[in-house]
Amino acid sequence: MPYTADAHHRPTSEQLRARIPGWGADLDRADRPSVPKERTDLTTGAHWTIPERQPELQPRERSIEHGMLPPVFGTTAPLHGVSGLVRRFAYERFSEARAAHWLLLILGDRIDVVGSRVQGVLQGRPDNPITETGIRAEIGNRPIASRFGRGRADVNHTWMDPLIVIGPTAVVVAALVIRARRR
Amino acid sequence: MKAMVYRGPYKVRVEEKDIPRIEHPGDAIVRVTRAAICGSDLHLYHGMMPDTRIGTTFGHEFIGVVHEVGSSVQNLKPGDRVMVPFNIYCGTCYFCAKGLYSNCHNVNPNATAVGGIYGYSHTCGGYDGGQAEYVRVPLADVGPSIIPDWLHEEDALMMTDALATGYFGAQLGDIVEGDTVVVFGAGPVGLFAARSAWLMGAGRVIVIDHLDYRLQKAREFAYAETINFTEVNDIVVELKKQTDWLGADVVIDAVGAEADGNLLQHVTAAKVKLQGGSPIALNWAIDAVRKAGTVAVVGAYGPLFSAVKFGDAMNKGLTIRTNQAPAKRQWPRLLEHIQAGHLSPRDIITHRIPLEHIAEGYHLFSAKLDDCIKTVVTTD
Repeated sequence: MPYTADAHHRPTSEQLRARIPGWGADLDRADRPSVPKERTDLTTGAHWTIPERQPELQPRERSIEHGMLPPVFGTTAPLHGVSGLVRRFAYERFSEARAAHWLLLILGDRIDVVGSRVQGVLQGRPDNPITETGIRAEIGNRPIASRFGRGRADVNHTWMDPLIVIGPTAVVVAALVIRARRR
Repeated sequence: MKAMVYRGPYKVRVEEKDIPRIEHPGDAIVRVTRAAICGSDLHLYHGMMPDTRIGTTFGHEFIGVVHEVGSSVQNLKPGDRVMVPFNIYCGTCYFCAKGLYSNCHNVNPNATAVGGIYGYSHTCGGYDGGQAEYVRVPLADVGPSIIPDWLHEEDALMMTDALATGYFGAQLGDIVEGDTVVVFGAGPVGLFAARSAWLMGAGRVIVIDHLDYRLQKAREFAYAETINFTEVNDIVVELKKQTDWLGADVVIDAVGAEADGNLLQHVTAAKVKLQGGSPIALNWAIDAVRKAGTVAVVGAYGPLFSAVKFGDAMNKGLTIRTNQAPAKRQWPRLLEHIQAGHLSPRDIITHRIPLEHIAEGYHLFSAKLDDCIKTVVTTD
């Protein structure tokens, strides 16, 4: 079959308009909300030129690609502990363009998990793998029928998930056991 | 207050937290009435997003009632029912002044490549999200809108991200009348993108996934043709066959970082975290679109590099268009479509769970149990 300049076989616009609610309502490309991409005629509700500066009650890490701390920022979960040291180093030393920046932040995330496990135990609220993984949702929600015999591509690798879930806990337990034995 | 709290990959729990306080004169505190779990929340839940800290509350899709406002807030008052776009933005910076609200430069110290997003790691600004009883809404004169009385609360909830992003994805495709549009991913964003493609005059819409129940939804909700990629030898060849061996005019990637279908790509990205995302759907999009066609990407990827087939994209002369959706910019048109009956966003909701059971909600969604497509979290 030769390749031609004809369009593919498709239903006519009239057929589509009759079958699909709203077909072609936004046909005019110039009349779509994000067209053109950049518009300067939109009103936002802002009544400032620059937002007032949010008080920086404790030192706030920032990307070195920012010339200054932006005026508004989130304050949840400030840097702390060893994970905080790793994260702060990632922010202060490497730009977003560097893989080291992101890999260190991921390392900080894993250290944070281990630290939080220990902290949870010390605070009397240890992590509960049954309730926190939501595994109880398996009950009554067709765990077998949902997964098998349906050609799901993700079933090939879900066996790895428990390793990811229990990995940090296993590392902490192993470290504590080794330390106890040395004593 | 009760709030969902991240405890590490695949683990969340509900904890008592302090009700957020006004930290900036432009803040509002919103009492959340409905939140949703987004497909992109699963990237956080699976530990893929760098600088996702223990103790953070997720949730960038939520609606609620204004509880308290800061001293400079003019457009809202306590008691107002509001829907809150997932973007946090200032409205006046270099980018906001051009309507690029999702690219705001004034609200995210941690990264310049992405704006502020509620409950989406410190890489997106370090804000707590709305899967809680209360949430801090910065610069509240700009983001939230009062929910019209006629609008169903669950339709309002869908507008805060999934619907706006799907509709925006179809716009990125720059669809013209008669175009063949392929959508990778039959999750909420993909379903809304497929439905929106018709509004823009698509001649064919083909949705690709590996979950049959979602493809069934794509046929019923989005009037789309569907292909389960696990049932064909090669999805790119199959799409070429179906498009006179030329390729689709427009392909939309509504999958993002955890795409499946290539074990090596998925494992190196989603499990070992050595890529910013698994670009399987994106690579299929690049190969399945016709030469000089358009690939629109609204699937979320992490900031680390990904193994993308850029040579094919270059040689084919493709236009690749991307962004996080500036959600509020879409709202006036989406309200028109909902009111006219063109869109019925809440039809994709499959599960409603109380906040106390959010760990089960995450597992249900992550494991795709019980034909889950969209989970709404209730706080009352």
